[in-house]
Amino acid sequence: MNLKLRVWRQKDASKAGKIEEYEAKNINPHMSFLEMLDVVNEGLAQNGVEPIAFDSDCREGICGMCSLVINGIPHGPDRGTATCQLHMRKFKDGDTITIEPWRAKAFPVVKDLVTDRSAFDRIIQAGGFVSVNTGCAPEANAIPIGKHLADPAMDAAACIGCGACVAACKNASAMLFVAAKVSHLALLPQGQVEKAARVQKMVAAMDREQFGNCTNQFECEAACPKEISVSFISKMNQEYLKAFKGDIL
Amino acid sequence: MELNGKIPPGPLAEKWDKHRFNLKLINPANKRKHEIIVVGTGLAGAAAAASLAELGYGVHSFCFQDSPRRAHSIAAQGGINAAKNYQNDGDSVERLFYDTIKGGDFRAREANVYRLAQISTSIIDQCVAQGVPFAREYGGSLANRSFGGSQVSRTFYARGQTGQQLLLGAYQALSRQIGIGKVKMYPRTEMLDLVLVDGHAKGIVVRDLVTGKISSYAADAVVLATGGYSNAYYLSTNAVGCNVTAIHRAYKKGAYFANPCYTQIHPTCIPVSGDYQSKLTLMSESLRNDGRIWVPLKKGDKRAPADIPESERDYYLERKYPSYGNLAPRDIASRAAKEVCDEGRGVGELGLGVYLDFADAIKRVGAKVIDERYDNLFAMYERITGEDPFRSPMRIYPALHYTMGGLWVDYNLMSNIPGLYVIGEANFSDHGANRLGASALMQGLADGYFILPYTIGDYLAVSGKVKVKADHAEFKKSEEDVSRRTQLFLSIKGKRTADSFHKELGLLLWENCGMARTDEGLKRALAKIPVIRDEFWKNLNVPGEGQEMNKSLERAGRVADFLEFAELLCLDALERKESCGGHFRQEFQTSEGEAKRDDANFCHVAAWEFKGVGKEPVRHQEPLVFENVHLGERNYK
Amino acid sequence: MSNFLKSSVGRKSVMAVTGLLLFGFVIIHMIGNLQLFLGQDALNDYAKHLVEMPLLLWPARVVLLAILVTHIFVSMSLAKENRVARPVRYTQGATIQASYASRTMVMSGIIIFLFIVYHLLHFTFGKIQPQFYDQLDAEGRKDVYGMIVYGFQNIYVSGAYVTAMAVLCFHLSHGLQSLFQSLGLRSNALAPLLKKMAVGLSLFIFIGNTSIPLSILLGFVRMPGVGR
Repeated sequence: MNLKLRVWRQKDASKAGKIEEYEAKNINPHMSFLEMLDVVNEGLAQNGVEPIAFDSDCREGICGMCSLVINGIPHGPDRGTATCQLHMRKFKDGDTITIEPWRAKAFPVVKDLVTDRSAFDRIIQAGGFVSVNTGCAPEANAIPIGKHLADPAMDAAACIGCGACVAACKNASAMLFVAAKVSHLALLPQGQVEKAARVQKMVAAMDREQFGNCTNQFECEAACPKEISVSFISKMNQEYLKAFKGDIL
Repeated sequence: MELNGKIPPGPLAEKWDKHRFNLKLINPANKRKHEIIVVGTGLAGAAAAASLAELGYGVHSFCFQDSPRRAHSIAAQGGINAAKNYQNDGDSVERLFYDTIKGGDFRAREANVYRLAQISTSIIDQCVAQGVPFAREYGGSLANRSFGGSQVSRTFYARGQTGQQLLLGAYQALSRQIGIGKVKMYPRTEMLDLVLVDGHAKGIVVRDLVTGKISSYAADAVVLATGGYSNAYYLSTNAVGCNVTAIHRAYKKGAYFANPCYTQIHPTCIPVSGDYQSKLTLMSESLRNDGRIWVPLKKGDKRAPADIPESERDYYLERKYPSYGNLAPRDIASRAAKEVCDEGRGVGELGLGVYLDFADAIKRVGAKVIDERYDNLFAMYERITGEDPFRSPMRIYPALHYTMGGLWVDYNLMSNIPGLYVIGEANFSDHGANRLGASALMQGLADGYFILPYTIGDYLAVSGKVKVKADHAEFKKSEEDVSRRTQLFLSIKGKRTADSFHKELGLLLWENCGMARTDEGLKRALAKIPVIRDEFWKNLNVPGEGQEMNKSLERAGRVADFLEFAELLCLDALERKESCGGHFRQEFQTSEGEAKRDDANFCHVAAWEFKGVGKEPVRHQEPLVFENVHLGERNYK
Repeated sequence: MSNFLKSSVGRKSVMAVTGLLLFGFVIIHMIGNLQLFLGQDALNDYAKHLVEMPLLLWPARVVLLAILVTHIFVSMSLAKENRVARPVRYTQGATIQASYASRTMVMSGIIIFLFIVYHLLHFTFGKIQPQFYDQLDAEGRKDVYGMIVYGFQNIYVSGAYVTAMAVLCFHLSHGLQSLFQSLGLRSNALAPLLKKMAVGLSLFIFIGNTSIPLSILLGFVRMPGVGR
């Protein structure tokens, strides 16, 4: 199949970027989207054009590094799928595909389609953990955890930190990312002790990074490659309000 | 020269305890005065950086990805072993030790493996306390499943994302230390050289992958946790960024490289579909719990799997290895798949595949249970291949997955260079010639959480007092070397991209140093590698500049190292004139086609000393002494 | 407290609570107005009672105004941050599942605000149709009934009210379910119910409120003694 690509090119964070057009020829429908870009890049390099910079690593949908907005949708049209697992069979011969980076003030463009997502790391650093030093853990089976808690905790913990939720949100809000970690730890007995402080610190860190605010439109959930539910945002709001109640009482 | 592994004396079960007592300690106030560099943020690296910082050391942590959470440990699917014996099925430290050492075809150190089995239980405790959401039974206790190479259920798992959850646990512990300033994190920063001062590892030279700036970092000790080198083969289950650069540079600075030929080929990967392919995707070995592996009895049988009656199917693993069946260890299962495909009974378009069939399991427990057990794996398979594994069997084929070889380390995980520690997949220590499923996560976390934090103090207590700054002449020299090399890549301006050389090298290695190796093939590869390397340095094309983010330049550096390292890999395979575990030499097999070890001549670790590019390295030996297990033929029948 | 009010989550909960209170007012206001259907006497009597309780009426007005102002100001601060959060827009945007109502809350909010100003000028301050404002009924009470009936007989005035109610109910159809999410009360199990409830209540408000101008326009409600 042959495609027309419209790709965002930007030298670095300080320069303005623009859309450039490229042809992708003889694309095999079994290729992944990133393999298609590899082929295009190989062609560009041979013609003396600098290849399109994009992030990717594991290429099996778990590391969260790949981050392309394809025709306006983070990770492209296939629901519950990261860019690296999106395959060209989802497109038609002759399609025009627009490829842009994540767009958010908190995720500045580094180059072309590569963005700096260290804001997510700083949110986790603010409180997204259980404070347990190596060596002071009790016997693993000492605290039974029912499936009714373990399963939703795992659902929340499945977040790969790619940032598609921010990219998809009309307000570039990071609520789904933060909520996934807050909920994962708040659901488990191990996370109870720091529950209130954790949600307060993580929300404060999120706000410091200048993400937008949630308007409950649920675009995040629809773009999430792990299909993390917005019910965790509700859970986080609840935890936050409880923590506030705890503060004033 | 004989290498000294510094194995503590005394009975196997007491070695680690006694050794810990004998290690020198540093008082908490003095720990603050020591700085440690940790390169890599996978299970081993993140766990080590976090644990060292908790102890009070100042830690500098480096990774080439944009966040420490992306390290490739995240992709491990199946699980982590631990001798908890929660299933009451006869597991014990002793049994985990024995399974691991036997699984490794008796080519690992007894003492290291025993320690690993001992520590395994603490790892589970630690991870649960961090909030790792392991699978649970309805009563709330931890669930287990069984895995290849073992007859007990001792594998803990978090759906098909165990590596992810364990790594996030370690990442969160690391993040906590970054947040309080005990760890300084350097993401998108690639280590390009190791710096020695007076023979001790004292720092590294790195390239900032965003600005292209080359700079030095000094410390009292350097820990490499940079993973394995499967990507030498181009196509592997590793992330596309995984590379040999850090350990290869250390090797070039004098660290011995041990057993590079011990590579693991994983039996259950999605088969190659075309030459554009950038990586191979693993389907967790845990699938072999419920899936049955088969090929048609007849050669070239192109019927759809559903049209082939039971009587015309060959469940070859169940036939050859009745007691382990589909759960035979990885090397054996991989080779068996290659054999049936070589016989022309392979399935799929290219004939390079075997069926992994869930029809019986679905009939037994229902599609819903299977879906719950492996949910994301089935979806992943469908996404990649466009076929629904609930309707037709999966097609799988072996692929490069893990490398047991790595930098040589002693019992303390220190290489032969004082102050250079190597942990996780980057070292050679615990898996012998073949790693059992769900043991990589165990080893990475054991090294990072529970071994290195103790043993590094023993070195720092004595040698950590000599302080070196990053403006030392050795650092300047290294920086210049690195800059020169970077400039060289950019100045060649040839016709071929680094990727095309990498593909060529990968195919050469896969064909000649893959699942079945021969004297002739290895010699052919050894003759061809320098030719590719020469062309690389003459005809490489790296577009762009050095003072910016340049993915082609990063790639070129990694491929250049693979091109040097591949020679060592083949040389080690050539010199190890026996078959063991993942290293299968056609010339050395039993009458039944199984690996035939030569314990009289090769019951040792081969550790290679660098002597210059294109020059033959020197092969040192560390004899393996087995006092507790009998070196039997590995029998899974 | 100041941290709470500075935080995104805290301000969202303020939006939810003030929104809920304003919705409560909308319901009460509607029930009051629907007394129009009980006739001139009933409505004017109700209006007279309200005016005769200044200790209740004025605090209620002040509180209501404060709630409204809070709702508006907090939304403005949130919306401003939302714009800042994405300085470069997508050249090709797309929406996956966000409802139209959810994407236009600011716009519908502004329209509702303008409508409130108009509505106050119309019926509270008598600036739009002053000729109907100061009339008294047969018993000497202020003729609220007449003011409304005469006012809505103008098709443009009625049209404005019907349009404004459509926008209000559009706003509510998102707001009424969204507030549960913001207060941490929504779950996946509850979600379909909340959605039905929000749409149902919005329709209820729409039908209830627009029934007044429509009935007048269609002649179902008229001044006593005036025939068809």
